[in-house]
Amino acid sequence: MEQKRNTAVTIAGVTFKNPVMTASGTFGSGMEYGEFVDLNKLGAVVTKGVANVPWPGNPTPRVAETYGGMLNAIGLQNPGVDVFIKRDLEYLKQFDTKVIVNVCGKSVEDYVEVVERLGDEAVDMLEINVSCPNVKEGAIAFGQKADALFHITKEIKKKAKQPVIMKLSPNVTSIAEMAKAAEAAGADAISLINTITGMKIDIHRKQFALANRTGGLSGPAIKPVAVRMVYEASQAVNIPIIGMGGIANGEDAMEFMMAGATAVSVGAMNFVNPYATEETIQGIQDYMNQYNVNDINELIGCVK
Amino acid sequence: MEIKKKVTAVVFSQEKIADGIYDMWIETELSQNAHPGQFISVYPKNQSTILPRPISICEVDEKKEKLRIVYRVAGKGTNEFSEYKKGDSISVLGILGNGFPLEAAEGKTVFLMGGGIGIPPMLQLAKELAVANEKAGRDNSNIKIILGFRNELFLQEDLKKYGEVYIATEDGSTGSKGTVMNAIEDNGLKGDVIFSCGPMPMLRAIKEFAAANKMTAYLSLEERMACGVGACLGCVCKTKEVDHHSHVHNARVCTDGPVYLAEEVDI
Repeated sequence: MEQKRNTAVTIAGVTFKNPVMTASGTFGSGMEYGEFVDLNKLGAVVTKGVANVPWPGNPTPRVAETYGGMLNAIGLQNPGVDVFIKRDLEYLKQFDTKVIVNVCGKSVEDYVEVVERLGDEAVDMLEINVSCPNVKEGAIAFGQKADALFHITKEIKKKAKQPVIMKLSPNVTSIAEMAKAAEAAGADAISLINTITGMKIDIHRKQFALANRTGGLSGPAIKPVAVRMVYEASQAVNIPIIGMGGIANGEDAMEFMMAGATAVSVGAMNFVNPYATEETIQGIQDYMNQYNVNDINELIGCVK
Repeated sequence: MEIKKKVTAVVFSQEKIADGIYDMWIETELSQNAHPGQFISVYPKNQSTILPRPISICEVDEKKEKLRIVYRVAGKGTNEFSEYKKGDSISVLGILGNGFPLEAAEGKTVFLMGGGIGIPPMLQLAKELAVANEKAGRDNSNIKIILGFRNELFLQEDLKKYGEVYIATEDGSTGSKGTVMNAIEDNGLKGDVIFSCGPMPMLRAIKEFAAANKMTAYLSLEERMACGVGACLGCVCKTKEVDHHSHVHNARVCTDGPVYLAEEVDI
């Protein structure tokens, strides 16, 4: 007889049926992967970043494979918040899953505008992208200095109706310091890590592999860095952490949770295996069965 | 609706047909819904190469049990594929993208233009156009197949079964010296519709040629891809009108393409 085990986790008053989410930018708004996985099974869908107006993104090539990972410099191409509300949020309403909207902007005002537009929509949480390394203005500019992060978090918290997750960049000297700044400014949770800035050179063409020259590294190659940063952040703050970086399966998810993450996101590995989110959920259940864990919450931050 | 799937296929045969060019038949259920101009994404087994490789569909067998892919070894992933033998398993995502609109060629003289590794999708396309001719009681004289190679030829014998084949080689060793455009000129070819796949300079030349000669051209574009299903926005091309997904001018090659009407794209 299979025992009923609790996989639900709660972040800022929002309860997720399991801790598995999708990393922003790797899953669209779920439409494309809805052909492969049952979105009702996911803890949450975290959408691609959305701005106040449509953003065209960067020139191509935008992606390049690297050893055990990939670089991307999409540049946050998105249709803007109006289309997003009408089309993407409308689509997501039909599923029994939580919706977390990733918000991007060039200025504090841009972010606040999107946050306010989403205030009365069917959105469970907001994830603020202050860590995309591929745009010239905004994004990471707010995520690499503790005082800038504190300021934008504070301004967003003043207007946000939903709980706010600040998505942190790994491209910093001290992730603990950044996590503390977000917490001090009132963030309800933090998510990490966004991609690590990298570069690839095509030696046959003697050119940068990406038109943007640099891009964000993701995939299994970055997992140990991500686990370390989740651990360091969890030691520094009391707000919940959503961990991500190369998660491919339940075992990877357990690593992040033991390091201190309350929930996890599957990102680049969706491209490798379109069923990765569902398989990660199954993998967590398998782990709980194997070790007779009744409640997933017992394992959060259990390695100190 | 055709559902996209990631499946395990089995290698039925593989042979090298030119320098660096491999010809593989795989047994897979995906063949049931495969149309000319669509593609599959093939996953290397080596975990250091995480992303799938988009490869065009060259041919579908009559029973729709097997797919043929003809690909160039361009790096670690395709090099791994080239080592597969009959009976090996192969992980495939498909069927992806939109194919060539065959109906646009109905009753018209059509150029099938392939350059280098853009030639393979022309085979299934020629085959299906020939089937349409047969049904309508026509011969295949309206199918002009124009192929551009560096020097070594491949697939030209397969293609001859379905239309008139014209060849250009860079070194002039076979057919016209130069590109597919030289082959058109040398043979005085005239037509109504162009279906094409090949390197960007060739597609640009075709777009210009089609506009000048009042022909309708469809171009199959290539771009670096990650997900292959329209989620990551990695593979985009500039479009004349705002795209329906992001409402900018960047359509997704993997899901909105890879085949576009020439005047719709800014290449």
